[in-house]
Amino acid sequence: MSATQVQNTDEKPQFYVTEEHHPENSTMLGFWLYLMSDCLIFAVLFATHGVLGRNYAAGPSPADLFDLNLVAINTAMLLLSSITYGFAMLQMERNAKMETLVWLGITGVFGAAFLGLELYEFYHLILEGAGPTRSAFLSSFFTLVGTHGLHVTFGMIWLITLMVQVKKHGLNPENRRRLMCLSMFWHFLDVIWIGVFSFVYLLGVLG
Amino acid sequence: MSSHHESASDTHHAHSDGHGAGHGSFKGYMIGFVLSIILTAIPFWLVMGGVLDSKLFTAVLVMGIGVVQIVVHMVYFLHMNPRSEGGWTMMALIFTLIIVGIALAGSLWVMHHLNTNMMPMTHEMMKNMP
Repeated sequence: MSATQVQNTDEKPQFYVTEEHHPENSTMLGFWLYLMSDCLIFAVLFATHGVLGRNYAAGPSPADLFDLNLVAINTAMLLLSSITYGFAMLQMERNAKMETLVWLGITGVFGAAFLGLELYEFYHLILEGAGPTRSAFLSSFFTLVGTHGLHVTFGMIWLITLMVQVKKHGLNPENRRRLMCLSMFWHFLDVIWIGVFSFVYLLGVLG
Repeated sequence: MSSHHESASDTHHAHSDGHGAGHGSFKGYMIGFVLSIILTAIPFWLVMGGVLDSKLFTAVLVMGIGVVQIVVHMVYFLHMNPRSEGGWTMMALIFTLIIVGIALAGSLWVMHHLNTNMMPMTHEMMKNMP
């Protein structure tokens, strides 16, 4: 009894959690966790490419195949689409529906340009006989870069869907939440692309 | 220093309005964009121009600059900071980075050893290969 008394006078014992609670609206955290799991998919594909990337099976090597000018343009397209999406988010903050839609549209154009260039590259590789069945290097290359391209494709579908939604229903809380999620997804894909152009293209050509 | 303590208790308020991550400003996006352009141009220039004689040094530089650019994107485009969502996004990121590190380093290490410790093939075995 007296011990408790002493404790009380020294400092208040606290038997409850004093930290803040989890935020009520945890969509962003959940989406972030999804992105982290997506990150693991790419990590495994990068590891696969790291292991198989030098096994050319007497076929063409990256230095023979890759046109770095094309890759540089591709990188610029994705980077530009990232910054224009950022501008769309800033316009959303200002509640400017029309401007948001315009910037989302520009983002879509850059995204489409990226996909077009990537498909052009794939088409030419396959036409030259350097398809995914040629060597272990090309199998892992097509899997890794193709998975990234597939993500961008789904991002584009999502983007167009959201543009229709915003046009129809305006910048209501639901659409704002969705735009925030797509923003994270889009910037995340740009982060993955940094790994792709550094590790796959530049180090590949370097040999 | 005292403002730090206050901001920790303010996070709850900042997040309960439905927006999880921070939003950034025009200035923030432009800083990130300019840094990204520079950090993209340097590795392309190093490889396409054949600037350095040492391939290993070029490779290390390219990967190092790539990591820096990823951090720039995380901070300026994805608005990562240790306080967003009460620190849980940062925890998830650190956990993921550890797993990614294990997966990458482990795969390369194990496969490298499998390659070097492979039983040497005799001429007979080579002939009978499928």
